[in-house]
Amino acid sequence: MKSAVKRVISMIPVLLGVMLLIFIMLRIVPGDPVTVLLGEHYSQETIDRLTAAMKLDRPLLEQFISYVLGVLKGDLGISYVSKRPVTMMILQALPYTVKLALMAAAFAWVIGLFAGIIAAVKENKIPDRIFMAFSLAGVSVPVFMSALLLQYIFAFRLKLFPITSDGSILSMLLPAIALGWNSAGSIARLTRSSLIEVMQADYIDTARAKGLKRRSVIFGHALKNSLLPVITMMAIQLSSMLSGAVITESVFGIPGIGRLATTSISNRDMPLLQGTILFTTVVIILGNLIADLLYSVLDPRIRSQM
Amino acid sequence: MDEKNVLEIRDLHTSFFTEKGVVRAVNGVDLNVPEGKIIGLVGESGCGKSMTARSVMGLVRYPGKVESGSIRLDGKELTGLKDQDLREVCGNDVSMIFQEPMTSLNPVLRVGHQVEESLLVHHKVNSRKEAKQEVIEMFNHVGIPEAEQRYSCYPHELSGGLRQRVMIAMAMICEPRLLIADEPTTALDVTVEAQILRLMKELCEEHGMSVLLITHNLGVVAEICDEVYVMYAGRIVEHASVFSLFDHTSHPYTKGLLSSIPRIGKNPEYLHTIPGIVPNLLHLPEGCPFSTRCDLALERCRKELPELNAVGENHECRCFEAIKEG
Repeated sequence: MKSAVKRVISMIPVLLGVMLLIFIMLRIVPGDPVTVLLGEHYSQETIDRLTAAMKLDRPLLEQFISYVLGVLKGDLGISYVSKRPVTMMILQALPYTVKLALMAAAFAWVIGLFAGIIAAVKENKIPDRIFMAFSLAGVSVPVFMSALLLQYIFAFRLKLFPITSDGSILSMLLPAIALGWNSAGSIARLTRSSLIEVMQADYIDTARAKGLKRRSVIFGHALKNSLLPVITMMAIQLSSMLSGAVITESVFGIPGIGRLATTSISNRDMPLLQGTILFTTVVIILGNLIADLLYSVLDPRIRSQM
Repeated sequence: MDEKNVLEIRDLHTSFFTEKGVVRAVNGVDLNVPEGKIIGLVGESGCGKSMTARSVMGLVRYPGKVESGSIRLDGKELTGLKDQDLREVCGNDVSMIFQEPMTSLNPVLRVGHQVEESLLVHHKVNSRKEAKQEVIEMFNHVGIPEAEQRYSCYPHELSGGLRQRVMIAMAMICEPRLLIADEPTTALDVTVEAQILRLMKELCEEHGMSVLLITHNLGVVAEICDEVYVMYAGRIVEHASVFSLFDHTSHPYTKGLLSSIPRIGKNPEYLHTIPGIVPNLLHLPEGCPFSTRCDLALERCRKELPELNAVGENHECRCFEAIKEG
């Protein structure tokens, strides 16, 4: 438990570092936010006034400190384009992304684990070949391709689902499958190889020598060991889905975090871009932290080191 | 020998069907384990001694398989049994201890649970509580201190010696007729080795259990075995009572093994080794498999495989020279 706290505390310097990096990068890229904001007709006076109002004339260090202090208070700044608080915009987009991520993860985990276990048990037999062909497709077909394909077949041709998503469960199904297929493929492949490897271990012989049935050997002895790396992968996948699925959200018109990021880039909306990147970072770091903690819950060898 | 045999192996052939050809790991082994006796099975690495044991337990992995022969446990034929029926025998009437206590226990399950599984799967107890009670008793019995606390330990929290005691507890808990111990002390310290061997001998005497002890250590054999089988390249080359084996060693291979044991004060500069290497099981030499390394090998040895013939009371040997002498 002590080291779990330690892990959480060690996130602080990482976050500060990330904030500094984002801050510097956005000031290196060409293009003055003030001119972007003002459009075509403006006087030098207006520029100066706005620059002062946005505190862009202050020293960089001061700008950074006031940015960090703002973040601590939950203030990510005001979007240049929509003139609304970035925190609000992220909180509004979040439910869509969360819904999409959870559905995609559920799809990926159930299908991926099931396919992986069956494939390992029936190693080199027909079910293995079929599942592995599907997961290879899942891993190698890019998301924009599978998303467009699913959209064309099931929404446009068969009219089973709405083409764009309004946030309802039904309209989220296709995007979730498009996003989850890829993860399902990698989970299935990792589960399969990990389970096959574990089945070679000495303690599997011990379990069989005890007279356990094949099913008990696989589910009681092998699976828990073989899922250790899979769980890590699942947690990391979920956190990357939660931080916004840029392509899937764009194809299906879901107003989530991914969309927020893409629009902020095309609008050169610095506060919004800063906000979404920071949000993504936090989610990914948390995902890794949870993966580590889960690992230690499942593996007693690591638990005792903590 | 008119004692009752717990285990009878007759003409066992276990082979591996690899891409390069058929590897005959066990090539016609006959072996008896009489009731209440400790029988040693000795040989170098790769001579097929572990595979003989694994054949009994149905643990031969793909691409290996028991080709022919008979394995009888208390008269019951085990070869050709359906997997399900064999699993009822394993862990119950016959159980096995493995070489590596470090890797033979499941790292993510509590040791108590791993031991009590045998009880539960063979329906020896009615409840988990009863099972736990029996496990703790067995832990005490095999000399695991603080048995109650150890019950909920994970394998990595125990020393090698303790883990092997857990393995023995696991193997003993259903009171099997036969215990197969595959190099149970090879991975342990010498002092721990002596303790474990003594424990096995005690348990064997107490419960009237038979033991098939697989080892490459002739010192271990001398210490606790009643009879010994010496294996070479998938075949039994010598079989004798322990005294007869050490006093009237007949097979040149066994002689070589015995003189390869370092002895204090006896020409310490020179340690005898058997020249050459174990023949490749894919391309076994014609005739006696040991002929390529044997000082006494004759023309006949390279053409014809000697039978396992009696050379004395309770003593058999697979060698033309030995028969002549005997």
